[in-house]
Amino acid sequence: MIASIPPGLIMILGAVLVPFLPARVRGAYMLALPILGLWQLLMLDMGSFGQMTLFGYELMHVRVDKLSFIFGVIFYIAAIVGVIYALHTNDKMEQTSATAYMGAAIGAAFAGDLITLFIYWELTAITSVFVVWAGRTQHAYRAGFRYLIVQVTSGVLLLAGAVMHAQETGSFAFDFIGIDSTGGWLILAAFGIKCAFPLLHNWLQDAYPESSPTGTVFLSAFTTKLAVYALARGYPGTEMLIWIGITMTAFPIFYAVIENDLRRVLAYSLNNQLGFMVAGVGIGTELAINGAASHAFAHILYKALLFMSMGAVLHRTGTAKGSELGGLYRTMPWTAGFCIVGSASISAFPLFSGFVTKTMILTAAASEGYLIPYLVLLFASAGVFHHSGIKIPFFAFFAHDSGMRPKEAPANMLVAMFLTAALCIGIGVYPDPLYAILPYEVTYIPYTTEHVISDLQLLMFSALAFAVLQRTGLYPPELRSTVLDFDWSYRRLAPAVVGWAFKDGGQIWAALIGGLQRILRGIIQAVFHLHGPDGVMARTQEIGRSALVITVLLVIFLVAFYV
Amino acid sequence: MEQPGQEEFFRHPDRRAEGEKTNWIDRRRNVHKIFWVLVVVCAALMASDLLLHKHSKFGFEHWFGFFGFYGFCLSFLLVITSKQLRKILMRGEDYYDR
Repeated sequence: MIASIPPGLIMILGAVLVPFLPARVRGAYMLALPILGLWQLLMLDMGSFGQMTLFGYELMHVRVDKLSFIFGVIFYIAAIVGVIYALHTNDKMEQTSATAYMGAAIGAAFAGDLITLFIYWELTAITSVFVVWAGRTQHAYRAGFRYLIVQVTSGVLLLAGAVMHAQETGSFAFDFIGIDSTGGWLILAAFGIKCAFPLLHNWLQDAYPESSPTGTVFLSAFTTKLAVYALARGYPGTEMLIWIGITMTAFPIFYAVIENDLRRVLAYSLNNQLGFMVAGVGIGTELAINGAASHAFAHILYKALLFMSMGAVLHRTGTAKGSELGGLYRTMPWTAGFCIVGSASISAFPLFSGFVTKTMILTAAASEGYLIPYLVLLFASAGVFHHSGIKIPFFAFFAHDSGMRPKEAPANMLVAMFLTAALCIGIGVYPDPLYAILPYEVTYIPYTTEHVISDLQLLMFSALAFAVLQRTGLYPPELRSTVLDFDWSYRRLAPAVVGWAFKDGGQIWAALIGGLQRILRGIIQAVFHLHGPDGVMARTQEIGRSALVITVLLVIFLVAFYV
Repeated sequence: MEQPGQEEFFRHPDRRAEGEKTNWIDRRRNVHKIFWVLVVVCAALMASDLLLHKHSKFGFEHWFGFFGFYGFCLSFLLVITSKQLRKILMRGEDYYDR
């Protein structure tokens, strides 16, 4: 019986009960759901079930294979640590929507056809916007609306693409799609929005930092990694994705250096890390796909850990801005320590999780001979160490003393951070269990002297650059500011153009119409002058005069003819 | 606009309350020590390059200390470029609220 429940459904249906439970048992209930779900997933056999027929097309609700399995496992783990991290809260809206959201993302990862995928895809959008709104500020409210529009657009594109794809291929099956058809392009655009491709990315940096400290931890794990999964399923080996991926790794890190809100810095570095995975999918070899999947696994953990540590800071001090923070290590030493573990993991230090996963993608890029992508990925690796590895812990917990002496994070937050940090180190030290569940067999050996030395050189010299810049005062200080990104085009430029078109544009329109009318009036007057009553061409003539004119013409004709 | 510059970090404004403990890392001397330890570690990593037999794919990876130079130079450029980007992209904190 348990084997025939679609993964994720336990959490989606379980969410319905969440708001009706008393606060005391709600947390335990929410924690039981993903644990039960993970147990159920581990019980499932590889294969597909839940076959249906819709308008003559075969649908397959659930498909369990190695690729969906690894994403299912990490989604459940993220749900478990996320719920523990949020145990102290008592916000029914966030708790209910987050539970359903996590279930929907898990369901989507196991969808065997594009229609099922679309349903779960939209469900993640609709449920997660309530997690954004649970930030309960004006900013969160407005960012939530922008987020919703973007997410629903992605769903609409997915549905349109799915229908066209089914017409072209005769099947809704969610397997390799490719970009040889219009449907394939539309679906790629849908995935690209959720994966925060360049210029489609701003919903992420806009909405995530506006959510509550706990909400951001939930949000960070699912939507974008679901998109990575979908790309790995539908577009492996699509070379264009390499170039998109490396752009994603390089372009957000410039923003991460100058952004003040440390949770927004993390959102930029999330975007940068997605780039590594997208590039891995684009390379498409077994090593690269293994790299993308394992990096998604490791990334969900360390990114959640970093968001947890910044969330704890926000929870205790009321701000996550670099310009206001500093010196918190004195009273929040555990949080600082866990943050550093997350930083070391995202920076891919040997013995931390990022090292055993990211280097797979780098090695795959090099062994396929992709020179420029390889150099950009190296640059992005140094860059991510700069802003996530150093900047985040440095400005929050060290740097100049802010004078703030907040209490250490609540016990449940510490437990969640401890578990996540333990997993980050565990994967880094002993990657074999993770390697065992990757989509393809792993022959890659992470800990070779060469890998370790070159990685350490890159990182330590990058740290040296940071230290030199600090000591010479060249490093840009954290300033209270807004840094304009592409969202400026739809938050400021487009409204300005539309507003102008309605206001000043109206006057110009009137002037234009007025000018045209004057010209028309002139033409009509001229015609009236010639053809109107008493006009030259409309005057009546006597018959005799006509006869005379004709006679004269005839005479001229005769004379001309005989001469 | 208030600019809590990085020089401040090294000047260490004393915001500690009366009697609050001065930790090891709060002393300027020790921060300098950390820096010099980092320099030594970097030098050692460079030196280890001489002993390392490389199998890498691209020729430039065999150059002496390639990863170190690459990491240092590009990180430096990253920060300097971003700093210049501020001139174009930075607005007041309430930019979108106005």
